Amino acid sequence: MEVKKSSNGPQFATIDGNEAAAYVAYRVNEVMAIYPITPSSPIAEWCDQWASEGKRNLWDTIPEIAEMQSEGGASGAVHGALQTGALSTTFTASQGLLLMIPNMFKIAGELLPTVFHVTARTLATHALSIFGDHSDIMAVRSTGWGMLGAASVQETMDFALISQASSLRSGLPFIHFFDGFRTSHEVAKIQLVPDAAMRALIDDGLIAERRARAMTPDHPVLRGTAQNPDAFFQGREAANLVYAGCPDITQQVMDEFAKQTGRSYKLFEYVGAPDAERVVVLMGSGAEVAQEAVEHLNRKGEKIGLVKVRLYRPFDCARFVQSLPASVKAIAVLDRTKEPGAAGEPLYQDCMTALVEARPAGRTLPVLVGGRYGLSSKEFTPAMVKAVFDNLAAAKPKNHFTVGINDDVSFTSLPVDAEFSTEPDDVVRALFYGLGADGTVGANKNSIKIIGENTPYCAQGYFVYDSKKSGSMTVSHLRFGRQQIRSSYLITRANFVACHQPGFLERYDMLRDLVPGGTFLLNSPLSRDEIWPRLPTPVQQALVDRKARFFVIDATSVAHGSGMGGRINTVMQVCFFALSGVLPKDEAIEAIKKSIKKTYGRKGEEVVQKNLKAVDNTLANLFEVPLTSKVNGTGGYLPPITPDAPPFVRNVLGTLAAGRGDDLPVSAFPRDGTFPTATAQFEKRNLALEIPVWNEAICIQCLKCTTICPHATIRAKVCDAAQMDGAPATFKSAAARAPEWKGMRFVLQVAAEDCTGCSLCIEVCPARDKKESKRKAINMAAQEPLRVSERENWKFFLGLPEMDRRKINTSQLRQQQIMQPLFEFSGACAGCGETPYLKLLTQLFGDRAVIANATGCSSIYGGNLPTTPYAKDAQGRGPTWCNSLFEDNAEFGMGFRVSLDKQRDMAQELVIKLAGTIGDDLANQLLHSNQADETGIAEQRERVAVLKQKLQALGSPEARLLLSLADNLVKKSVWIIGGDGWAYDIGYGGLDHVLASGRKVNVLVLDTEVYSNTGGQMSKATPRGAVAKFAAGGKPGCKKDLGLIAMAYGNVYVASVAMGAKDDQTLKAFVEAESYPGPSLIMAYSHCIAHGIAVDIGVGARQQKLAVDCGQWLLYRYDPRRADLGENPLQLDSPPPKAPIKDYLLSENRFKMLTMSKPDAARQLFARAQSDVDSRRKFYQFMQSRTLKVEPATPVEPKITIPVQPSA
Amino acid sequence: MDLTTTYLGLKLRTPLVCSASPLSQQLDNIKRMEDAGASAVVLYSLFEEQLLRDRLDVEESLERGTSSFAESLSYFPEPEEFNLEPQEYLAHVERAKRSVGIPVIASLNACSSGGWTKYARDIEVAGADAIELNIYNIPADAKQTAADIEGKYLQIVRDVSAEVKIPVAVKLSPFFTNFANFAARLDEAGADGLVLFNRFYQPDIDLETLEITPNIVPSSPSALRLPLRWIALLFGHTDASLAATSGVYSGADVLKLLLAGADATMLCAVLLRDGIRQIRTIERDLAAWMEKCKFESVGQLKGSLSQINCANPSAFERAQYMRALTGYRQASAGPP
Repeated sequence: MEVKKSSNGPQFATIDGNEAAAYVAYRVNEVMAIYPITPSSPIAEWCDQWASEGKRNLWDTIPEIAEMQSEGGASGAVHGALQTGALSTTFTASQGLLLMIPNMFKIAGELLPTVFHVTARTLATHALSIFGDHSDIMAVRSTGWGMLGAASVQETMDFALISQASSLRSGLPFIHFFDGFRTSHEVAKIQLVPDAAMRALIDDGLIAERRARAMTPDHPVLRGTAQNPDAFFQGREAANLVYAGCPDITQQVMDEFAKQTGRSYKLFEYVGAPDAERVVVLMGSGAEVAQEAVEHLNRKGEKIGLVKVRLYRPFDCARFVQSLPASVKAIAVLDRTKEPGAAGEPLYQDCMTALVEARPAGRTLPVLVGGRYGLSSKEFTPAMVKAVFDNLAAAKPKNHFTVGINDDVSFTSLPVDAEFSTEPDDVVRALFYGLGADGTVGANKNSIKIIGENTPYCAQGYFVYDSKKSGSMTVSHLRFGRQQIRSSYLITRANFVACHQPGFLERYDMLRDLVPGGTFLLNSPLSRDEIWPRLPTPVQQALVDRKARFFVIDATSVAHGSGMGGRINTVMQVCFFALSGVLPKDEAIEAIKKSIKKTYGRKGEEVVQKNLKAVDNTLANLFEVPLTSKVNGTGGYLPPITPDAPPFVRNVLGTLAAGRGDDLPVSAFPRDGTFPTATAQFEKRNLALEIPVWNEAICIQCLKCTTICPHATIRAKVCDAAQMDGAPATFKSAAARAPEWKGMRFVLQVAAEDCTGCSLCIEVCPARDKKESKRKAINMAAQEPLRVSERENWKFFLGLPEMDRRKINTSQLRQQQIMQPLFEFSGACAGCGETPYLKLLTQLFGDRAVIANATGCSSIYGGNLPTTPYAKDAQGRGPTWCNSLFEDNAEFGMGFRVSLDKQRDMAQELVIKLAGTIGDDLANQLLHSNQADETGIAEQRERVAVLKQKLQALGSPEARLLLSLADNLVKKSVWIIGGDGWAYDIGYGGLDHVLASGRKVNVLVLDTEVYSNTGGQMSKATPRGAVAKFAAGGKPGCKKDLGLIAMAYGNVYVASVAMGAKDDQTLKAFVEAESYPGPSLIMAYSHCIAHGIAVDIGVGARQQKLAVDCGQWLLYRYDPRRADLGENPLQLDSPPPKAPIKDYLLSENRFKMLTMSKPDAARQLFARAQSDVDSRRKFYQFMQSRTLKVEPATPVEPKITIPVQPSA
Repeated sequence: MDLTTTYLGLKLRTPLVCSASPLSQQLDNIKRMEDAGASAVVLYSLFEEQLLRDRLDVEESLERGTSSFAESLSYFPEPEEFNLEPQEYLAHVERAKRSVGIPVIASLNACSSGGWTKYARDIEVAGADAIELNIYNIPADAKQTAADIEGKYLQIVRDVSAEVKIPVAVKLSPFFTNFANFAARLDEAGADGLVLFNRFYQPDIDLETLEITPNIVPSSPSALRLPLRWIALLFGHTDASLAATSGVYSGADVLKLLLAGADATMLCAVLLRDGIRQIRTIERDLAAWMEKCKFESVGQLKGSLSQINCANPSAFERAQYMRALTGYRQASAGPP
């Protein structure tokens, strides 16, 4: 954190809400138990980083940080720390907070002071959402905790302290909450709370008293007793006075805080006209928006007001009623949560109770209505606040309304005037459209800091990210002004719009929000003369209509010329300062240079120099394009979804994909969160600048390329030669090489518009041109010139028939790979290491797969709207997929199995009962089908089809029941999928139980060795020596050997695979695992961007091979069936290490970083890592060499017989 | 018996210096070198490319994939301080100086002049007794002339010499049209010593992957002949100290080089192969031979068989080649 110091006055910093909370929490705590969850993870990350840097708290000690296995674990650890006398805290949100509930009841019941800092986030219901609302904190309002809500970044820092002091004084634990993303991730210039203020508010005497009450054998006590009906109730009432006293204490702390800092707060704070007749009540960041609207409207002559709720629990009814002006006639209480089935949302009910209870006899109550707004960070704007006030002005205001959506189902929504704006003219408002990782966001955060620290201006930055991990767009919303900025909503009237990626021009309407006379900056390689006619027509029209100023810079060339590679951040930042007029240009440039030296200094002089060079080069290359009235562009915007998509995909998912989801009415959505699969195919994202091109003459048809392709964009088919008739002119095929397919044509085709250009396929291609070694059987070539022809080729390819699955030998990769993938075009990172395994799974078993997916990367690229990569075959079959939670996935999947087995059993029972009617032969075949291979499954499907036909004709209840169950007679493949965070940590207990159950489930652990989805926090799968968040000094312990634990059961099939190292071993493992009649567990090494490798340029497979070659990752298969044959169940598939582990460690930044940050630790940990590898290998070799007599472990399936009918 | 020698103006106990190798990456090894009798140690090389690449790598790696997706806005903790090269190298120099009494010579490996040369000053500040500048350049650009290349080398030497007060030795390849001329110009440019010769990483071909794989093959004892010749030729013609590296395996090798005119002999491959202890054996053999042959000091030996002092000066030139060839033919013809 950069702090702007002044000699006497307040200290300012430009930070986000999470850092603001961490700033105080770190200083006033001694023990922190942490666990990552969005959007609170950065609080824990800050604390962990500060601890690793040796920063000290108020009492001059470095807080102890312990990462736990789940939020449940974190709350338990905090509970223990509190009981034994430490000042302890944790940070969480959403499902994490739910997992803490049991301990929260305990902590409150035991009156243990602590503060949990919560970035309020939506709870998963019909869908998961990482964004903000109050459903999580409302779900814990009955735990007995104090609840203090901050509405801004400044309040987040202030309330972190006020809640801490109030908790210590009152004895109640507190939740300090602020809105997820809107506040937790908003960057703002705020005043820091000085350490002196913290010292003044926190009474060391109280801390000493607490420590004196702590558990110690030196003066023992008994807590956590079990009580009977005779005692419990009274005990529960015994703490009433503590609750009763808490609001006064909190207000007193706020008053003392005001004396220390000059910032004054009230438990219920009224803002607005003293004689207002209409008042809204709400809490969180929406209150800031409401204040902006109220002040604006009052300036225009309205008489309205607002009550900001700060202390939500204990709810001080008297103070609430007192906060309302006596003139009030109508009140609207806004809740940022939904409680279906309740009489009203919680804050509404609290306010209603307070008013009713406070009503003097004979007086009528003001009108009180409740409404919902802003669920899952849905925008909440001053226009919506105005709509709420307009509603209150109606003769009969709508109650239980919604605002911000169009509810055309139950008609709850209020109409909103979209033109209403309160944006002050003296605020500079800038929008930046960037590509993820191009540095746009970082540069904008830096710009806010520069302005925050060099000028008296207030500054605010908020950043909107894509739902995809590859080729994602970021939109930065920046405001600068002389007054405090309360605009906690997105910019819709921008003075300055910058497009950092020329490709966005044809896809997004970026000028929609530009005000007349505003400035548009475009990064483009085109020259002054070329640019205008190459703009899309609507862009030209908007520029002309708005009389905008239009500037262009070839930022990519400037960046390359300055040694910055593809990073255009500094270049675009300089343009913004040069054009926006926020600061005088020279002053701004000087400030940027100063900031570059400060930001990059520790990364070395070379990094500083290249950035400084970029600043100078930018100014020399920026030019203005005079507008002509000639609108002669390249046509309209590209559609987000292809026109051939089904209507729902086109109209609903397409609108979401276009970024206009807010326009969709309630009726557009399913009521239970069910969406169709096979939709990613309609989103042609054209991300790749280069795509693979097949050279059929060199190709040996090994199909390693299709195996490794993370996005299923390189595909193979084998067809009869006659089917090539009518192929487009550039469509390629070759004689199939496999003897079984003699005379047929082999086709390899790339989906040019879906490819991400990661080049993993090129990396693994073993076939080289004999004359020119650098040419392989596939080579990268520019996408744009090939786009149209390859679109046609792809279409023709899709039209070619799939080979009959019965004719494919799945033990050979080169045959198996022509199976149709039912997982395609995911939004995973380009070059992802996880998705090739999922694709393989769907090729082999997708048409009968039921997937339980733990929350994580795989649930995001698998199931984040708008589209899903899970697909269907020509018969309409494909994986059916659901994400329950992070922590319960194994149990969720086992539920699938139990349920499917039960329904199969019921179907079999009915087949037996109806055998006489449907025919004994058919019944016998249905009951005793061998479904071990594709032929068996196909035949059983045919039998079931016959059965269904017969059942249709029968009208009996049993026939109808069997009809609904008949499909269960075909074998279903249950897959439980998740990452290492789930399998090794939060879900381990459940996973262990499911493996022990003996049930036929298949578990696939996509092991990236780190919590990838939440940004790289250490898991128990993280290897020793790796730097990760929460392990800034390198992970000291070794990786947990999950496979070994599973093998200990003896009846679990276990495999450890790494596709990039040995793809045929991976294939074997999948086939064996699925065929094993008990539980199976596959741990799949998945290279990841969080390893500090360039996954997007195809190095992943190489890293996998290196990991295997040096013994870091062992390949093996443990098949209990082998024991039945008298063989050792364990087969070690890894060759002896060929290289020292250091070769691998130094090739990944997660390890290499440690040699730079802590070289001594690196030396020690790397040496231990080598001995880990050596001893593990020896142990596995020993296990493999043992000759043990193992009892058969295979569960025996009961034989089903049709009873002989007595009457016959 | 006096085994002392002066190299780069440094008074050394013996001519046996450990040359730059991975062994010196560990402090323990440096101590063991001193214990085994090494008179100085040249530390492993700090590469110019490494100086640049490390910084850029770290920066790129920390920023890769950041700010793309709301849940994972970054993937690594960002330490407040990076011990990037040269900080780590400088710390190593400091530690080495604190740990041993023998001179510590730092090694800078470069192929161009530029901003990096200021690290020579940092190395001096860290306490190094001298710098060995390993200029490593494979000229593959057909447009570049020999004069251009030599000019670049001289510029690097001038730049580095201008940065520091401690002596600067230059380690070179033998591939110059007229090495004698070039050596004189290096001397003029400020080189305090010449280390002959460096060994390049040579490309190899992996027959399994059909890829080019760089690797290094340790020098063989026969590699000694090249420095032997050039030291003998240069002795007495240059003010720069002369050190021999490549192929020094035994006391006999050391003696030959000293006789040719070396001020120091650098040991590397032999230590990797036989261990650091081997220094003591080499010193013992050196002393034994001198004892046997009644030499009182290394100073007495030094250059006594150099071109200017030997009985047959043409032995180091083409005439000797003719004779050797003729002798070889006669020998291989065998007795009638």
